[in-house]
Amino acid sequence: MLAYIFRRLIFAAATTVAISVIAFVIIQLPPGDFVDAYIASISATGGQVSLAEAEGLRIQFGLDRPMYLQYFAWITGVVQGDFGFSVEWRRPVSEVIGDRLWMTVIISVFAILLSWGLALPIGIYSAVRQYSIGDYVFTFVGFFGLAVPNFLLALIILYFSFVLFGANVGGLFSAEYQLEPWSWGKVWDLAKHLPLPGLILAIGGTAQLIRIMRANLLDELRKPYVVTARAKGMRESRVILKYPVRAALNPFASTIGYLFPFVVSGSIIISLVLSLPTVGPLLLRSLVAQDMQLAGTIVLMLGVLTVIGTFISDLVLMWVDPRLRAGLDG
Amino acid sequence: MPPIPMGEPARPRREPILSVRNLETHFLLDEGVVRAVDGTSFDLFSKQTLGIVGESGCGKSVTARSILGIVESPGKVVGGEVMLRRDGAREMIDLAKLDPKGDRYRAIRGAEIALVFQEPMSSFSAYHTVGNQIIEAIRLHQPLTKKQARNKAIDLLHMVGVPKPDRRIDEYSFELSGGLRQRVMVAMALSSDPRILIADEPTTALDVTTQAQVLDLLRQLQDERDLAIILITHDMGVIAEMADDVVVMYLGKEVENGPVDDIFHNPKHPYTRSLLNSIPSILARPRSKLSTIEGSIPHPYARPPGCPFHPRCTVAIPGLCDSQTPRFLPMGDRQGVSCFLHHGPSGQSMPSGKDTGARHDAV
Ligand SMILES: Nc1ncnc2c1ncn2[C@@H]1O[C@H](COP(=O)(O)OP(=O)(O)O)[C@@H](O)[C@H]1O
Ligand SMILES: [Mg+2]
Repeated sequence: MLAYIFRRLIFAAATTVAISVIAFVIIQLPPGDFVDAYIASISATGGQVSLAEAEGLRIQFGLDRPMYLQYFAWITGVVQGDFGFSVEWRRPVSEVIGDRLWMTVIISVFAILLSWGLALPIGIYSAVRQYSIGDYVFTFVGFFGLAVPNFLLALIILYFSFVLFGANVGGLFSAEYQLEPWSWGKVWDLAKHLPLPGLILAIGGTAQLIRIMRANLLDELRKPYVVTARAKGMRESRVILKYPVRAALNPFASTIGYLFPFVVSGSIIISLVLSLPTVGPLLLRSLVAQDMQLAGTIVLMLGVLTVIGTFISDLVLMWVDPRLRAGLDG
Repeated sequence: MPPIPMGEPARPRREPILSVRNLETHFLLDEGVVRAVDGTSFDLFSKQTLGIVGESGCGKSVTARSILGIVESPGKVVGGEVMLRRDGAREMIDLAKLDPKGDRYRAIRGAEIALVFQEPMSSFSAYHTVGNQIIEAIRLHQPLTKKQARNKAIDLLHMVGVPKPDRRIDEYSFELSGGLRQRVMVAMALSSDPRILIADEPTTALDVTTQAQVLDLLRQLQDERDLAIILITHDMGVIAEMADDVVVMYLGKEVENGPVDDIFHNPKHPYTRSLLNSIPSILARPRSKLSTIEGSIPHPYARPPGCPFHPRCTVAIPGLCDSQTPRFLPMGDRQGVSCFLHHGPSGQSMPSGKDTGARHDAV
């Protein structure tokens, strides 16, 4: 079992390295180099950079060295927390990203937990009461949730809350906390702002999870061990929750790692609409502006978070699936 | 396994503890009604082994689930009686009249009537240790603490011949061999001292040696605990070895019943005869072709008119068997059969109508 964890760890590390190479390639992708981009951004605001100055900058940033050395220089900086310089914001990348990475993590994790909290009971209900009116209603609502783009949902909610309540539901903080340092008050403020964007983000995933849970459980309900449990004289609700639901839940452990990037990429447009301080809008803008150090860093960070998520879901899967555990021991 | 039973089987002449009368269990599907069990009757006595035999799809498992009140929707017991004499009670109660989800039925399930069935692998949850599942069964019907129930579970595993029961109890079903798994299943079924054990194809998934061991175990436990066993199988060899009395089912209907000797030596129904012909004989030449029953079981929605077996029957009477349903009537004082070869359609007791002909009151 330890050997397995160790193998997964090695695998995670290798994936992380691969992601860093990809992030580096992304940074190098646009024609011209960092200095060209810098010059462009200076001249856009009326400044001037001479050719000699440009050469000096290139040597200063090591852009005259071979690619692999540049990669090592870059990754050394990254490991030490130096993610480079955002030409668009004219500030270090780490400052630009700031709290946004954690905001992204918080809202994504919240959305994932919310989808599970909604999807599991509804999926169980729909399977156990297959073809009941409730099942049809949830199926309809579910397909609606899948079909309607969630940014549209966000716009509609934004519009109605403004028209009906005069409230602006955008953002994750009230105005008075926006620039404040962290405090319990600010955490509470965040907690109050989280549900709505979380729900909007969760809708698509929830609809999908309901379908998966329903199908899994319908499969499991037909298995002989359910008959065994009933034949013991167990209460029907207990039979269902203890055995088939338990079995149907298993595949969910493997979705932890997969859901994260899904929610993050889904959050980009929502974040724009609801002006949420996540990395999504930042990534979009940096790509449009070819602010490559910023874009590469965000890709790197999201990639690493996904690797961590996958690693965790591997561990959870091992923890919840006795067969897997036994296979690893044997 | 000898094809012909040896010796005179015990045939207790007492009051039955379970008496199934004209049981009808139907599945109401969009495509039509599947009459999975369509008028089956039998009596079960203490210490008796009653074999129910028939090809797959004949309604044997549904009969078992009907007795336990765990037929899954859209299936439903729509007629008949399942009379059970509760432990020590004089009169019988009709389980078919109880609410299958109610507490009274639950108190009987697992406690007085227990079930063991075919796939020992999939009959356990792979996410819980076998001990967890046995202890749960024990505590459902007995006021024991977890610790006491665990000790009892270990004793039970020991009783059914599981080696190192104190270790095995914490293992998962997939860590056990097929034979051990079925022993654990038997231990779990017997955990609350039921008087009736329904074994639905308990050895079908096992190899021949293990099969013999599990059958031996069942016999031994029956002797020790005065168990009544309903043994469901499609294998006449298993019937020969185990059963005292036999019910032969075809397409949800009981076509013949009687003591095992009469069924083997003097089978009345052509279907019973074909089943007997399909047993491999120790006298048969090696590699000779095993006789199988001609034709296949009709689709459950498309039950043939008349006698359900007539399309496959070699001795069917044209114009009679394909249009009228034979009644189930006694043959002598020990056997019963539903076949026009033995009772004319206008025999001593006329059928009141074509379709109700299969209902019978005397077994
Ligand atoms: N859940 C179900 N839904 C619909 N039909 C069923 C169901 N379970 C059993 N049946 C039908 O009942 C009939 C008898 O099945 P069963 O009792 O399992 O046969 P067997 O004699 O092999 O145990 C079959 O025709 C089968 O199609
Ligand atoms: Mg069966």
